[in-house]
Amino acid sequence: MSPARAHIVGVGESAYARWGKIGEVSEHALACQAIQRAVADAGLSMDDVDGLASFAEDRNEAVFLAAELGLPALRFGNMVWMPGGGGGCAAVSNAAMAVETGQAEVVVVYRSLCQGQFYRFGSGGVSADAPAEPPVPSLQQANSLLMASMGFAMPYGLLMAAAAYALPTRRHMHLYGTTSEQLGLLAVTFREHASRNPRAVMGGRPLTLEDHQASPMIADPHRLFDCCLESDGACAVVVTTEERARDLAKRPVEILGSEQGAPRGYAFGPFTNANIPDALYATGGGEEMAGRLWAKTGLSPADVDVAQLYDHFTGCVLMQLEDYGFCERGEAGGFIESGALAWEGGSLPTNTHGGSLSEAYIHGLNHVVEGVRSLRGESTSPVENAEVCLVTSAACVPSSALLLGRK
Amino acid sequence: MSERFFPDTMPPPMADGTSLPWWEAAAEHRLVVQECGACQATRLPPSPVCPDCRSDQFGWREVSGQGEVYTFTRVHRPLGAGQAIPFVIAVIALEGSGGLRMISNVVGIDADAVAIGMRVEVVWEDMSPDLAIPRFRPTDD
Ligand SMILES: [Zn+2]
Repeated sequence: MSPARAHIVGVGESAYARWGKIGEVSEHALACQAIQRAVADAGLSMDDVDGLASFAEDRNEAVFLAAELGLPALRFGNMVWMPGGGGGCAAVSNAAMAVETGQAEVVVVYRSLCQGQFYRFGSGGVSADAPAEPPVPSLQQANSLLMASMGFAMPYGLLMAAAAYALPTRRHMHLYGTTSEQLGLLAVTFREHASRNPRAVMGGRPLTLEDHQASPMIADPHRLFDCCLESDGACAVVVTTEERARDLAKRPVEILGSEQGAPRGYAFGPFTNANIPDALYATGGGEEMAGRLWAKTGLSPADVDVAQLYDHFTGCVLMQLEDYGFCERGEAGGFIESGALAWEGGSLPTNTHGGSLSEAYIHGLNHVVEGVRSLRGESTSPVENAEVCLVTSAACVPSSALLLGRK
Repeated sequence: MSERFFPDTMPPPMADGTSLPWWEAAAEHRLVVQECGACQATRLPPSPVCPDCRSDQFGWREVSGQGEVYTFTRVHRPLGAGQAIPFVIAVIALEGSGGLRMISNVVGIDADAVAIGMRVEVVWEDMSPDLAIPRFRPTDD
């Protein structure tokens, strides 16, 4: 007898705010709030929870949260080893494996992020303000493999993700004629979706293509509105067995399949690796993973009713559309121009919450939350009769993905 | 000391024992790639084992420093005080390296004139007596 398939039965989040705006509550308290709300949404109690999983080196370690939230026992604690947002769907997948193998019964996946209370991604500890006494430039000791790898990026000023992911996006434009306006349309589409979402940080701020084209250049081709938000907030999803999912508060969402990882020789992707194979360079790196996901579920891109694609930068969304086979390689620009991603009239409504570009940047776990809502009929941009949702976590770095199905 | 392109506040490189020889060669203004001692495949950044044949034997091959721009971005945000913007981060395809590329900067040219396919050559920037960083500038042809 095969083990029961895992289901997502609860979702929850704190309020989302702009970077640095949540200071009165600790990042750690936000994690507890999101976990409690997700558990309550499922109709479960903290007494039912026996596992916790996260990713992106979340500072709020499971062992402490388990004690503080009064878990009867912690039977599964998991941290994914994919960089940053690449681990979101992987954390859900690992939680699913835990409940499918009986390691735990109810696992909550969480991510809490208040960069304003710590440091800001992409700063590398470097300030634009003049230091009192600039140190004599010298070779430093790398304290990890990642840092040794960053040693081949940082001395050239490559710290900002906006610059790192501009490199494959620029190459895509060169190879296929992709334009800044096509990237801008993604941002405009997701902002329109956010306009109906009261949780969205940018919900009340309409965006036109003209606004996009007039926005300051950060690292070309990335303009300001090609870059995701920097946010404070936390969210969580509850994963349990099929059997347990049957009698809970909300319609369960089945995890039809999941994948995580990276192709051969990928390392950290174009951020620090100039030598990923030429055929992979101007892609999101997810094509092999996507192929495995379709094969294991027996589904195809045509079966996907709604998608929540990790949108750290518009170019990375564009390349994912090709990786996952929604259009041919090089044709995502035209696919976007066709209006395919729009909630209204699109063949593949995408980021119905507004995504990281317009709802909030919670390292993409909010995309899993929205994936669940879109299949429950709870999305603020609902897709009628949606049965299959693709959720992705990152691109252009090792990444992960989930196919979710309505029960 | 060489011509300077970036201020002292530019982030310094970090190395571990595996990548240290690359930086020691750089300090002598030698641009090297790692070469497998068994199958002669080249690789960068340095790593302990050849991903092709899994041999742990290796040496270092000096390359000419000629190359071309594979992709690039113009960064409009300063990373440190005194740094001019925009500056160009580029991936350079290195001639004679066995097909390798490296991340670097294109300097000595207006940022708007940088293009994919542009021919470039290495120019060493001595950030201090012990630290040299390879940047690239357009070749004169
Ligand atoms: Zn070899």
